[in-house]
Amino acid sequence: MKKSHAHTLDALHPGETGTILALHTGAELYRRLAALGLRVGKHVRILRRGRFAGPLHVRVGTTDLMLRPSDACCIQVQRSHL
Amino acid sequence: MKRVALLGMPNTGKSTLFNRLTGAHAKVGNWPGLTVELLSARILVGGDMVHLVDLPGIYDLCGHSEDEAVVTAFLTQNVLDLAIVVLNASQLERQIILLGQIVRPGLPVILVLNMADEAAALGVTIDRDALSSDLGIPVCLISAKYGQGVEQLHALVATALRELAPAEAAPANGPLLDDGALDAALRRSVMVPAHASHALTEKIDRVLLHPWVGLPIFFALMYLLFQAVFFVGKPIQDAMNWALTAFRTAVLDPTFAALPTVVGGLLLDGIYNGLGTVASFVPLIILFFLGMAIVEDTGYLSRAAFLMDALMSRFGLDGRSFVMILMGFGCNVPALMGTRVMRSRGLRLLTMLVIPLSLCSARLQVFLFFIAALFPSNMGALVLFTLYVVSIATAMLTSQLFKPRFVNNDPFVLEIPPYRFPTLRQMVFRGWHEVAHFLRRATRFIVAGVVLVWLLTNFPSAAVPGSADTWAGQIGNLLNPVLGPLGIDPKLTIALIFGVVAKEVVIGALAVIYAREGGALMNAIASEIDWVQAYSFMLFALIYTPCLSTIATIRSEARSGRFTALAIIWPIALAWMISFAFYQSARLLTAAT
Repeated sequence: MKKSHAHTLDALHPGETGTILALHTGAELYRRLAALGLRVGKHVRILRRGRFAGPLHVRVGTTDLMLRPSDACCIQVQRSHL
Repeated sequence: MKRVALLGMPNTGKSTLFNRLTGAHAKVGNWPGLTVELLSARILVGGDMVHLVDLPGIYDLCGHSEDEAVVTAFLTQNVLDLAIVVLNASQLERQIILLGQIVRPGLPVILVLNMADEAAALGVTIDRDALSSDLGIPVCLISAKYGQGVEQLHALVATALRELAPAEAAPANGPLLDDGALDAALRRSVMVPAHASHALTEKIDRVLLHPWVGLPIFFALMYLLFQAVFFVGKPIQDAMNWALTAFRTAVLDPTFAALPTVVGGLLLDGIYNGLGTVASFVPLIILFFLGMAIVEDTGYLSRAAFLMDALMSRFGLDGRSFVMILMGFGCNVPALMGTRVMRSRGLRLLTMLVIPLSLCSARLQVFLFFIAALFPSNMGALVLFTLYVVSIATAMLTSQLFKPRFVNNDPFVLEIPPYRFPTLRQMVFRGWHEVAHFLRRATRFIVAGVVLVWLLTNFPSAAVPGSADTWAGQIGNLLNPVLGPLGIDPKLTIALIFGVVAKEVVIGALAVIYAREGGALMNAIASEIDWVQAYSFMLFALIYTPCLSTIATIRSEARSGRFTALAIIWPIALAWMISFAFYQSARLLTAAT
């Protein structure tokens, strides 16, 4: 597995995976993301994106969730190439 | 009596477990230090009565959301003998942190891993005994939906409460669990396959969340749901109306005949007929609740939210708001109660302000009548369509205007659960609970409203009921300078006053006012007003104050008199402006040609 440079989560395309490097969010959102499984070191996979700049459908562990691009751009990930 | 609380993250089936444990005996009640009411019930565990409380689902105990504040306040202000922490068995990796936050000295805890059937289907294996001994607390695997493992939970609760001698509750030697200890325990006893996924859910999502066909399917599904509700509900509604009338003529009329006319009129024409009108809507409300339960419990609600979020976020709402507004086109009441899935109070209130603008089925009946009376039949569909457009436009305008006042402070990060089959038991339970809740809260309020409208339209006693001489008629005349410029004459104003009880009463009221029915009533109205007045009246009837049931629901859900006042006054003001703009410009245009 070869790793490339850091991106924000909303820059990933459907089907791509990444490892969370950092979460540059406010405290409230940080806790919510952590409770839903989005924590540093976790692998996330983008399943799809909503039309018209809609939400991202992501999978982390066994949890599927959606978040808006405006929140996803606060999450730094390292894109993984399988 | 021992007090036990259910705690857990949202979407873990905590409420299903609560229903499973308590049956139909749960009651809502007030608690010290809390502004919201909680559901609780007394149940028999191992020969002792235990008071079981269902706390709101929370993501963590350190947050500042309304639900988190409620749980924190409950835990600090109330003595608890046992906490049952409910987590999703297949999502332990992320949910276990909540357990660490709840476990504290002196508070016995039982860990319940729910949806064990789903976890097994995913290939997740859990060594319950190892987990229990590592954490130092009893653990049990259950499926609250299907009832597996609930017996064992009963036994664990009984044991935990028996071992709890009052003197022992004080020493601070409970198991204290930090994140490291929790993770280590999970690593030893929980195995999750590397690529665990719900294969069927993925397949369905590829279609239902498809970039092009996802939205058309969503609208088609909602249309089918509505059709199904009316297909089943309309005959029941008609049958109920028939039964209520039959009961009145056969039993009530003879019984009350001896009473003075005023008393008999108040009881029969006022309270009985008014309540009967609202009651005949209850079957439809129940069916809409069932429909919403299906949408929510199958997991489709969050998919709909995904599909509609891009549009709704521009109006300060989110995808879930859209589903509720759409539900409002059936009946506003279940839609308003459905906003409980929203955790942010700002978002919830904004959605609740918008929902009553949805053209509900009761208003549809009024419009169909007026369209038939005043428009050529080939124009009917178009006229009705424009009313739906106005309904959506006023909803969008309202949310756009009030967005800055009702700030959504909850991040829009939602779980998308796997598709699930709702069980009949679950749905009936929910439908029953919601309707019982609605009736309990709203009945007194609706009776008061019905009596008020009856008084207005029947007094002074010398006046012919519903005529211009009644108080309602006097109000109609008084309001003529205000409503006249909208083309709404005093007779129509009386009908609007009746319509506050329930919008479809407008037709019945007109029948009383004009002393005619059906086709004769249509002709009478058509001879007095033209299509411009009729359309202006329909615009006003569409937007003006929500019906009594809706107001009662807004009041009990928002728990704020000021918000309820806003939800009444704003639509009236909006209705006036829109009808005025339409009527005056239509008159100008028709005068010019």
